[in-house]
This record gives sequence, structure tokens and C-alpha cells, in this order.
Amino acid sequence: MAEEKKDLITLESGEMAQPFNWTAGVYGSKFLTELRDNKKFVGVKCPKCGKVYVPPRRVCGPCFEELTELVPVSDEGELITFTVVSFGFVDPATGAQKAVPYGYAAIMLDGSDTVLLHYVNETDPAKIKIGARVKAVFEEQRTGSLLDIKHFELI
Amino acid sequence: MGKRVAVTGVGMTRQRSARPDVTGQELINEAVRMALADAGMTRKDIDAVVIGNMDHFEGVNYVDTWSVDGSGALMKPIMKLTTGGTTGSTIAMAAYYHVASGLFDRVLAIGWEKNSESDTTGAIITAFDPFWDRPIFAGAVAGLALEATAYMHATGATEEDAAYVAVRERKHALNNPYAHLHLNMTIEDVMNSPYLSWPVKMGDMCPRTDGACALVFASEDVADDFPIKPAWVLGVADRHLWAYTSDPYLDFKTGEAWFPAMQKSARDVYDRVGITDPLEQFDVAELYLPYSFAGLRYMESLGFCGKGEAPALTRAGTFDMGGKCPVNPSGGVMSSNAIGATAIIRVAEAAWQIQGRAEDRQVPDVKLALATGFGGCFWSDILVLGKEKPEKARG
Repeated sequence: MAEEKKDLITLESGEMAQPFNWTAGVYGSKFLTELRDNKKFVGVKCPKCGKVYVPPRRVCGPCFEELTELVPVSDEGELITFTVVSFGFVDPATGAQKAVPYGYAAIMLDGSDTVLLHYVNETDPAKIKIGARVKAVFEEQRTGSLLDIKHFELI
Repeated sequence: MGKRVAVTGVGMTRQRSARPDVTGQELINEAVRMALADAGMTRKDIDAVVIGNMDHFEGVNYVDTWSVDGSGALMKPIMKLTTGGTTGSTIAMAAYYHVASGLFDRVLAIGWEKNSESDTTGAIITAFDPFWDRPIFAGAVAGLALEATAYMHATGATEEDAAYVAVRERKHALNNPYAHLHLNMTIEDVMNSPYLSWPVKMGDMCPRTDGACALVFASEDVADDFPIKPAWVLGVADRHLWAYTSDPYLDFKTGEAWFPAMQKSARDVYDRVGITDPLEQFDVAELYLPYSFAGLRYMESLGFCGKGEAPALTRAGTFDMGGKCPVNPSGGVMSSNAIGATAIIRVAEAAWQIQGRAEDRQVPDVKLALATGFGGCFWSDILVLGKEKPEKARG
């Protein structure tokens, strides 16, 4: 059957809402509480290999050890890699278009052995370098979310 | 020891930007009918079905249930799998495991997607952790751009090196009537295309596609009873290394450019199958390269060359049609990307190459073919197919 496109019905999902209630766990909650209340980062250290995970996790995958030692981590770190996002897309968390362009980077905080993905306050790729030093800038109003960090600024 | 397993039937829809004329079930049925006809089978001959897609892209779950009239799985054992970009190769591997186990002789593997039914970036974002990934993650394009930046830094590769990959894939697609994009692009076209996420440009990225693919996997006990020659599966492996979308960039921390999950899964299969020099031994490769820079970094991690050596080989035409080891004669993922079908299409194209049925994109005298899947937090699936029946099943 060769149908004209105008004869084919489609259905838009429209303004549907399907809210979820996710659990951050004890360590995830501790990390987000520290961000919100004290503008500080906390990680967790593996007793076996010494690796520090930020945000904290309950298990070190390679060692398969439970992690219990929470350790403070700096709000400064090193830029591991970056991009400048310029394509438009709808943020599924808000349903709104994400404001572009923005700098987006993988950052290893001093005292951490993992990286965080976050915004960096520069949109000219020529001005961003791998290995650059960055520092967290916090929002005035904080809610206990990774977005309590406004962005990382190049220092 | 398991049974030896072969691909003995292939079905594939034409890959298109949108198929508003069919439901998911109808799209699946197109590929299944073609695969069964190819294998000289009827629905009754199917012993079990493995099916999958990425539910997020349609916002409808349980394809194993609602597709049952069209998939051929009615009142048969069926298993549904979803593993992100690797979904199609996971389905192929699971079908392989079903048959290798000796419990089933003829297993149908189906991968499909209707990417036109949602916003791809939003669907990808919602596949990940709501606390640590989603607030910042910008989907595949930006995630891959972070890889591209780090790879260029680690190796000295350039955006133009990557453009050679993009042009090659699109040129190859011109020979493939199943491909979604038929773009006769130049290096300049790629370099002048707008940045999506620096350093990744429009010309570097895969499209989003509607399509389905179905394969018949058969045991050594029945593989010679089919109308087409079997394409033997010599070995498969997968590796998952990272949990969060941020983790894969740790691979670059020491200045290295290797992709550990891909390296490890490839070496695992190579050791079992007897591959010591992939560039010399593989006659063709159908690889899940979602964007141009993957065609550099992944060649190195798959062992085709050393770190930083892929750009020169690519520019020299090593991976072009007529080159030493053509990569993606089909045009690959950069020409068609119906995500749940994408990685099983790599296996289908490898089987067609082995069987000498790839028509205008046929590489001469293919004896050994590599197929891969890629997805999620840089996961990797590897399948090696061969023309000769192996001496024994090698896992």
C-alpha cells in the first residue's frame, strides 16, 4: 500500500507527566548535603587500592570492596577533556530547550581519582586547554543537586 | 563444549529517516519475513527468538510482548534484551549462545528501532543516572565530543583526519541501497559543516534512523540444510568497564588513547580464534563507528595499528573499498543508525560479505570478517565471522 503522508496518523504524547522518586543512598546523600550546606566536596576511599571516588560510591569495582572512609576533596581540580556544546536539544528533566552554547568538561578534583562532568564557563574552544586548572563556583540557592555547582571556572 | 553456530538467514529493512507507514510490529515483521525467506524457513521452524531495542526511543516497553504476531515468536521461547548502542550485537551474541548451548537449533535474532518517534538526545539522557549523569549529560554527541578532544590531545590527530573517516563511510554508503544517507561528501563538506559540539561537526555524526534487522542462527547439526552457505560465528565477547557517563574519560588521564573495554573484548576473541594481526587477517570489518573520530581511535584499540597510527592509514585508503581491509562497505553507522538494529546490522553485513552476497559493496573473497557493537558508557561487543567451519566451538 502506497499511502500519502497526509493520510498517516501520528499521536503526540503531549503534556504527559510520569514523576519518579529516586534514591541517592547514604553516601550520595552525604555528598549532596555537603554541596548544599557547606559548598564542600566529599569522596570515599577504597581501603584496598586507595582510590578516591567522587561522588562517593559504595563499592570499588576492581577491588569489589565495600567503601566506608569518607574523605574531603578539593573544590579545585584539573580539566581532563572538554567540548563546547552548540547543538540545541530539549533537556528531558525540564522539557525546555537547553541554552547553548556552553562549555562542558570532565574534571578531576584534587584528591579524587575519578572525574565529574560539569559546565565550564568558557565557550571558545581555543581558550580551553586539557590540563587547565579549574575551581567550582556554587549557586546562591542550593537544593542538594549536582547543579548546586553553577559551573567550574578556569583559573 | 558448545555447538558450532552459523548465520544462515538475513533480513533487513531499507534504513530510512522515518517510517510513518508502519508500526514497530510491522517494521519488525518486514525484516523477519525477509530473514525467514532467505533461510527457507517458515515461522514453525523457529525454535526461539531473541529481540530487542532501546525502549526509551519509542517510550513503549515490552517489545517481546506486543510484537509477538509480527516477530514470529507466538507461543515460542523469547527473550528481550536492551543494552544501549550494543543492543543489536548483544542480541546476536545471545542468539549465538542459545544455539551454542545445544538447546536450540534455529534461533531468530531481531534488532529494531524507530528513532523518529522521539528526541534522540533526550532519550539517551534518560537512560542514565538521575543524580550523577542526567543533570549535565548532553547525550551521545557531547559525550563523544569529549572523547574526540581527548583523543586528539593524546595522539596529535586532527579534525581533518576524522573528516577522512566521515567521507569514506558516506562514499561506501553510495553502494548500499539499504543505507539511510546517500551523501557524496567531500573533506571540505565535512570541515565546513556546523559544529554540533566542538570538535564534532554535523558531517562527523551518525543520523537517527528507523529500521529493523533479523538474523537466523543455526547449529552445526542443521547449518548445511539451508539454501544459503553458512557464515560461521568463530567467537564473540563483550566487556563493560564503566558505570557512569563521566568514567570513560579516565582512560585518557595518563595521556593514553586506548579504549580498554574494546581492547580487552577484542583480544579475548582474537586469542580464541587465532587472530594475531587483525590488519593482515581480516578481509573486511563492519564496525560500530557512531562518529568519525571513532574510526581513528577504535581502529587502534581493535589492534589494526598502534596508538596514533590510524590517521595515516585512513588517509592512505587502507580502510577504503579496494584497500587492505575495507571498513564498513555498508556505509556503517554514520550512514544509518536505527539504534537497536545498528549493531546487528554490522553482523548481517559481515555475514553477507562472508557469503559473497553483498552485491555492489562486496569485498572480493572474504574469509574472515569482524563485527562490533558500541554503546553506553563505552561498552564493547566483538564478533568474528568466518567462511570455514571452525574445528570446534571456541565461545
